[in-house]
Amino acid sequence: MIYMDNAATTKMSERAFEAMRPYFMEQYANPAGTYSFASGCSAAVENARKQVARVIGAKANEIYFTSGGTESDNWALKGAAQAMEAKGKHIIISAIEHHAVLHSAQALEKQGWEITIMPVDGDGVVTADAIEHAIRPDTVLVSIMAANNEIGTIEPIAEIGAVCRKHGVLFHTDAVQAVAHIPLDVAAMNIDLLSASAHKFHGPKGVGFLYVRKGLRLASFMDGGAQERRRRAGTTNVAGIVGMGAAIEEAHANMEASMARVSAVRDHMIARIEKEIPYCRLNGHRTNRLPGNVNFCFRFIEGEGMLMLLDANGICASSGSACTSGSLDPSHVLLAIGLPHEIAHGSLRLSLSEETTMEEADKAIDALGEIIPRLRSMSPLYEDFVRNNK
Amino acid sequence: MYTEKVMDHFMHPRNVGEIENASGVGTVGNAKCGDIMRIYLDIDENQVVRDAKFKTFGCGAAIATSSMATELIIGKTVQEALTVSNKAVMEALGGLPPVKVHCSLLAEQAVNAALWDYAKKNNITIEGLKPPVDDVDELHDHEDEDEE
Repeated sequence: MIYMDNAATTKMSERAFEAMRPYFMEQYANPAGTYSFASGCSAAVENARKQVARVIGAKANEIYFTSGGTESDNWALKGAAQAMEAKGKHIIISAIEHHAVLHSAQALEKQGWEITIMPVDGDGVVTADAIEHAIRPDTVLVSIMAANNEIGTIEPIAEIGAVCRKHGVLFHTDAVQAVAHIPLDVAAMNIDLLSASAHKFHGPKGVGFLYVRKGLRLASFMDGGAQERRRRAGTTNVAGIVGMGAAIEEAHANMEASMARVSAVRDHMIARIEKEIPYCRLNGHRTNRLPGNVNFCFRFIEGEGMLMLLDANGICASSGSACTSGSLDPSHVLLAIGLPHEIAHGSLRLSLSEETTMEEADKAIDALGEIIPRLRSMSPLYEDFVRNNK
Repeated sequence: MYTEKVMDHFMHPRNVGEIENASGVGTVGNAKCGDIMRIYLDIDENQVVRDAKFKTFGCGAAIATSSMATELIIGKTVQEALTVSNKAVMEALGGLPPVKVHCSLLAEQAVNAALWDYAKKNNITIEGLKPPVDDVDELHDHEDEDEE
């Protein structure tokens, strides 16, 4: 099997898995316990908090553990909106945000908040300049993702953070795809809130964190016990948090080498596809791009067929076509970068990891070299195209 | 998510291609929605479908339903071919996931459109044949999605 869907989830790191192991059968205490048996667990959780904080340039007491990226995004948007309600009810997001942000914003809209959805350019970039123009006196929050999950474009979040700071507006970034993959520094980038998920950097599923700048007011999202300094209730997911700490530390230690290695494989794939497969289009920014993201549209064909034939070749990939999104519209990200529906239906995302080899990359491209002509030979759109160009 | 039959017809589609000087050709669907089917019919003087070919832009289910629809109509009279419903195509495939039912409707419409073209070209009437639906998009229950 060739796994090229690392933007969906990654394989757990062995080190992270081993770090978690004692916290199921041996150290199973609830860290809230007062007996000494619990202290090992609470120490492990606090150690993980430091591990996480270090990677993004935060302080440990600015890290709040959650159930993952979706919860963090929901908490950041809804919590900030509620806390800042007295100041204003205007929120700015981009058109290519993950559904966790997009739908949270839409939920707020139904409750009376005003949402500005910033358009992006053809590469999926939203500029700080455009954000500055959209900021109003009643704007309380700007939420722009650090890097896009589908097309891999890295947003200019340092510039956007600076603009938000200048205007006294909170800045949240959904950094689920970016944390431990590209350098991030919440202090230098003026980030007030940052969401992340462990399973995107070889940690376990079901755990993530929200960075909340010290002193920032944020309404709680989970009501209940006094965990996470009274801000996020729910019994602490000790094993998950420990696994996340180990995974983020490992990924961050190897980050520079990984970025070089993975982007070399990525660039090789992009170059081969562009050279060998006609009527294709690279989606996302060519250089300001996540190291592991390859995303193309192939004209005249639909994504699901590609995925099924890749699967038959043992290759796991994903697509933004309607059929794979479970709806009848292709991905909102592909439409936002200006692709017509029929082109967007033919998208393919191959997302790589440190483990992806050049040999696997070549095998995947070789497979595509057969699959795409095969699907085109069945396509009435291709038939018409060929006929009209004769 | 797909039955073995669907997978078989997707991996090894029957009757892919074009027919030159076809007796009837029908194209339905639109690229915006992500599926287009074109069916070519070769119909003999006894009004029997001698051959059928298809070209489809669409998902795995769209390709499989096109393939199955052509199989079901070959050898049938135009009158019989007209009665091959989307249900018959679905049953022959061992079922389709609910979100893919529209693919089978598209296959039924494509056959219908090809028969319409044949009838028009030959100036004949086929009982029960209706003009092709202009906007097959309407067949998609956009309002009836499971999502959201």
